[in-house]
Amino acid sequence: MSDAEAKKPTIKKRKSALGERYVGNRGVWVFVEHEHGRVHPVSWELMGKGRQLADKLETQLAAVVIGGMEPQVRALCDEAAQFGADLSYLMQDAVLLHYRSQPYTKGLSDLVEKFRPEVLLLGATTLGRDLAGAAATTLMTGLTADCTSLDIDTSDRSLLSTRPTFGGTLMATIVNVATRPQMATVRPRVFPLPERDSTRTGRIVEHPLGLAEEDVVTKVIDFIPDARSDQPQLAFADFVVAGGRGLSRPESFQMLFDLAKVLGAEVGATRAAVHANWVDPSRQVGQSGKTVRPKLYIAAGISGAIQHRVGMEGSDVIIAINTDEKSTIMDFSNYALIGSAAELVPALTEAFRKRIAAARARQEAVT
Amino acid sequence: MHIVVCVKQVPDSAQIRVHPVTNRIMRQGVPAIINPFDLFALEEALRIKDRTGARVTVISMGPPAAEAALKKCVSFGADEAILLTDMAFAGADTLATTFVLMSAVRQIAKAHPVDIVFTGKQTIDGDTAQVGPGMAIRLGWQLLTYVSKIRSIDTDTKQIVIERRAEGGVQVLESRLPCVITLLEGGNEMRFADMAGMFRAARYDVPHWGVAGAGIEDTSQAGMKGSPTAVAQVFAPKPKEVRTLVIAGNTPQAKAEALLDRMFADLPKLERSLLDHLDALGARQ
Repeated sequence: MSDAEAKKPTIKKRKSALGERYVGNRGVWVFVEHEHGRVHPVSWELMGKGRQLADKLETQLAAVVIGGMEPQVRALCDEAAQFGADLSYLMQDAVLLHYRSQPYTKGLSDLVEKFRPEVLLLGATTLGRDLAGAAATTLMTGLTADCTSLDIDTSDRSLLSTRPTFGGTLMATIVNVATRPQMATVRPRVFPLPERDSTRTGRIVEHPLGLAEEDVVTKVIDFIPDARSDQPQLAFADFVVAGGRGLSRPESFQMLFDLAKVLGAEVGATRAAVHANWVDPSRQVGQSGKTVRPKLYIAAGISGAIQHRVGMEGSDVIIAINTDEKSTIMDFSNYALIGSAAELVPALTEAFRKRIAAARARQEAVT
Repeated sequence: MHIVVCVKQVPDSAQIRVHPVTNRIMRQGVPAIINPFDLFALEEALRIKDRTGARVTVISMGPPAAEAALKKCVSFGADEAILLTDMAFAGADTLATTFVLMSAVRQIAKAHPVDIVFTGKQTIDGDTAQVGPGMAIRLGWQLLTYVSKIRSIDTDTKQIVIERRAEGGVQVLESRLPCVITLLEGGNEMRFADMAGMFRAARYDVPHWGVAGAGIEDTSQAGMKGSPTAVAQVFAPKPKEVRTLVIAGNTPQAKAEALLDRMFADLPKLERSLLDHLDALGARQ
């Protein structure tokens, strides 16, 4: 879904007006998510989109950096500026060392009440969804989850948040008429990472949390990091091989794993394939799974339902393998092989294997 | 102990089809099911009931037809199930939904104080994951989302220890009742209803609570009136402007080879990226 498509002339809005106390709200904010010293890339992806929205609104783009007392937390403000922020709101307190709902919700809500932005964006990660839901309720404002495109209606400064609806069969544009900030979450990899400009700088506005550890009910007693190899790194893979119900049999997925091995790719699946228990839910690509933006996406036995499409249409190149030349996936695939996946996938695996071996042989001949 | 489980009746979205010509959704004949994520929450509550004799009450906001979902919950073993249904609740976004659910929990707590509200991590029709956090804030209770395991609950000290899915790992939290827990999928499997449960469900008269039943005095926070967000438009996505190149060939092998010849001729950079990617993978191993 391109941004241009989301901006339609036929947007209907309810006649309720913006509440008086929100009229002066200005600025686009992006919550910078970081845990254990690492920024989640979705924050910088949102900074890129936030820059476009702020420019359209002719307002400032601000980063919201909340965390413990370590110097790395303050350094995130400089990084945010390099990715496009004009300023950063910084809140540091030992209570904020690890993410917990209560202190983070208070911190973010207090910043919003004090500095009054009109748009607030967060990543739709486990942390972002927890915080966004709690903060929106605290602030009594609207929140639209998992948007696939964001735009501004400049006539009334409203945020047009577009997301799939009806189980991913249609798109809906959601507006928040009466309250501010207009909150939205966006999943990782929906927007591209913006260019980093290391010459950019921004000012920092500090604000205290004002909450003592004794006042926080929930305590972190342990953190067990994931073993790296356990979870597929699907969202960030450059090469993805995915299968759907058209594969007919669970065993057919083994062919995809063989192809994936040759390409060093991750294996993805449609919701139907996951519901049929053919593959692990962590491999699901689509609205209720992961969003991917690989250089190459090979879709075998996938019809191309919107639920799946929104999770993979940001791929640079899409190859469809399908028995049906009229299947919906042909609407957005670059190359298509028509025929049975059971025959074509092994043939493609072999063709890639030969091609890669040939390239290797050429390389060795040169060196 | 008293646990309230929030469930939602949803269309089985795996069975929704779009009309190939008109591009309209075809909702006829799509069965309504209990949101699959909520079943993990109900099962977890029932397991606590099995161990401790806790009371389990299920609530759902929806049209009168959602009564079927609640009867099903009773057949699985819920002690009580209440349907929150009123025209004033219609058209609610998540903020207005949590207002009605919170009001009902407070009303239920008058007879039997509530220790935990359980719900699924999200629904399959809205996918927002906002109702759990919203309820915790409205009730002023602790919020524990994406819980994968309940390690212990001590009803005397009101201490609860849980494991939850966080970015990059599992966070172990110690918290205090009352709390709102959203449950991650996969930690348990819904039991089958036994004969006694099915008989009980068949005879069970699901109470319908409207505005008055839920103890709501000010309806401006419920339904469409209480919803800050509104759908401005719904549309079918336009096909992307892509010309699909169908690769011909007499055999699968010929097609596959023709595809790679053509694609890498069109996109030499892609082949370079693939080889670099494989080199990097090889170097790491």
